[in-house]
Amino acid sequence: MTTRNPQLNRNGELTHLLTLEGLPAEVITHILDTAEPFVSIAEREVKKVPLLRGKAVFNLFFENSTRTRTTFEIAAKRLSADVINLNIGASSTAKGETLLDTVDNLCAMNADMFVVRHAQSGAPHLIAAHLDAMSRTHVHVVNAGDGRHAHPTQGLLDLYTIRHYKRDFRALTVAIVGDVLHSRVARSLIHGLTTMQTPRVRVIAPRTLIPTRVEALGVEVHTDMREGLRDCDVVVMLRLQSERMRGALLPSAGEYFKQYGLTLDKLALARRDAIVMHPGPMNRGVEIDSPVADGERSVILPQVTFGIAVRMAVLSIVASS
Amino acid sequence: MKRDALPDAEAALVALVERMAGAIAKDAALVGIYSGGAWLAERLAKRLPGPHPLGFIDVSYYRDDYALSGLKPNTRRTTLPFDVEGATIVLVDDVLYTGRSVRAAVNELFDFGRPHRIELAVLIDRGGRELPIEANYVGARVAVPRDTTVVLSRDPGGTLSLGIEPLRGVA
Repeated sequence: MTTRNPQLNRNGELTHLLTLEGLPAEVITHILDTAEPFVSIAEREVKKVPLLRGKAVFNLFFENSTRTRTTFEIAAKRLSADVINLNIGASSTAKGETLLDTVDNLCAMNADMFVVRHAQSGAPHLIAAHLDAMSRTHVHVVNAGDGRHAHPTQGLLDLYTIRHYKRDFRALTVAIVGDVLHSRVARSLIHGLTTMQTPRVRVIAPRTLIPTRVEALGVEVHTDMREGLRDCDVVVMLRLQSERMRGALLPSAGEYFKQYGLTLDKLALARRDAIVMHPGPMNRGVEIDSPVADGERSVILPQVTFGIAVRMAVLSIVASS
Repeated sequence: MKRDALPDAEAALVALVERMAGAIAKDAALVGIYSGGAWLAERLAKRLPGPHPLGFIDVSYYRDDYALSGLKPNTRRTTLPFDVEGATIVLVDDVLYTGRSVRAAVNELFDFGRPHRIELAVLIDRGGRELPIEANYVGARVAVPRDTTVVLSRDPGGTLSLGIEPLRGVA
């Protein structure tokens, strides 16, 4: 017996977006294709289409995030949905309510969709499984980042950006540089890139920031950044969270920048037309040097714009399943 | 199915051009509704004394049957390379039936600005309206059974033809 992919309904349609792991290539391609015409909606006099008119989207952010929450909010609003932001830290959970009780209460308020960010890996899965068990098949869950596990819409917007500039995944060398160990962004992107048959995916980081057995995901590991950047088409920089310094995983920010910070000098080892990406928020002078971040090969700001279109695509696809 | 009930698409296009020439505003923009209407708008822009600005509209996001049938794959980008505010626009579609696509297209146009005037040109009017919408210019009128759909196709050489198919899903 095979277990059904919890993200797909009985017709094989995407009904929740929880992770890119195990998501078929054709579903990913469908999301990227759907996102494309959404990009131009921002150029209209009225930056809205009526696709999700009357739907209630609840942003459930159990962990802080300004950018992701804002871009989800903009995406839902451009689709004409009603968006309700819950400041969970200051509300029910703090008073002792369980996650699933919170969800049941919001369902009683006729929620149609939950966008969930949680420090615990698996929280969005738990909510999706609960909704299915309660036969609330018309309510959808989108994972906006759970613990160290996954950040699928970030992975999708990274894939969208790479496809936009480089067209064919099957000819690319992509390097992901930095704190791979703690990064759900890296995990989602690796799964997405391998599903899309990217032949060479490299992770570049000090040993202490590379997960054990990461090679099993189909990536090459480099601890020497100069070696790892050679002939890359795409360089994805990860944010170095300052708490890692305190955790004795790294000597100092200055030392990290010297070895793993992206400078023009190091970028010269990648292909001439390589693009530089960063999920934000970036630490200038820690993982990336300003001349690179602001340089002509940086596509960091287009990533943000594409992120809204990709989230519009995800919301509209799950809503119509 | 009785295919001979349908007129020749190219002949209907000639009739449509005759009705539009001299009747539409000199500066009217032609806006084709994807896919059939877009092919027709391209042809009309070449044949009508112009120049007429040419635009294309995909009404997928504005359809009223989204909840029933979901988002169609291959939604295209709406491109209106002229200022919609104050413009005279002729919407172009292949087949006018329930009027729902035209309703969606009119709504979408208003999200780009407030047009001065919107007219409607269709290759085929098959009756069966469910909304108070009529075309200003019609290539041909036909009567076909309710449970069928009239489909415009274009061969690689660009020649248009009409066919009848059984209705699938929502009209």
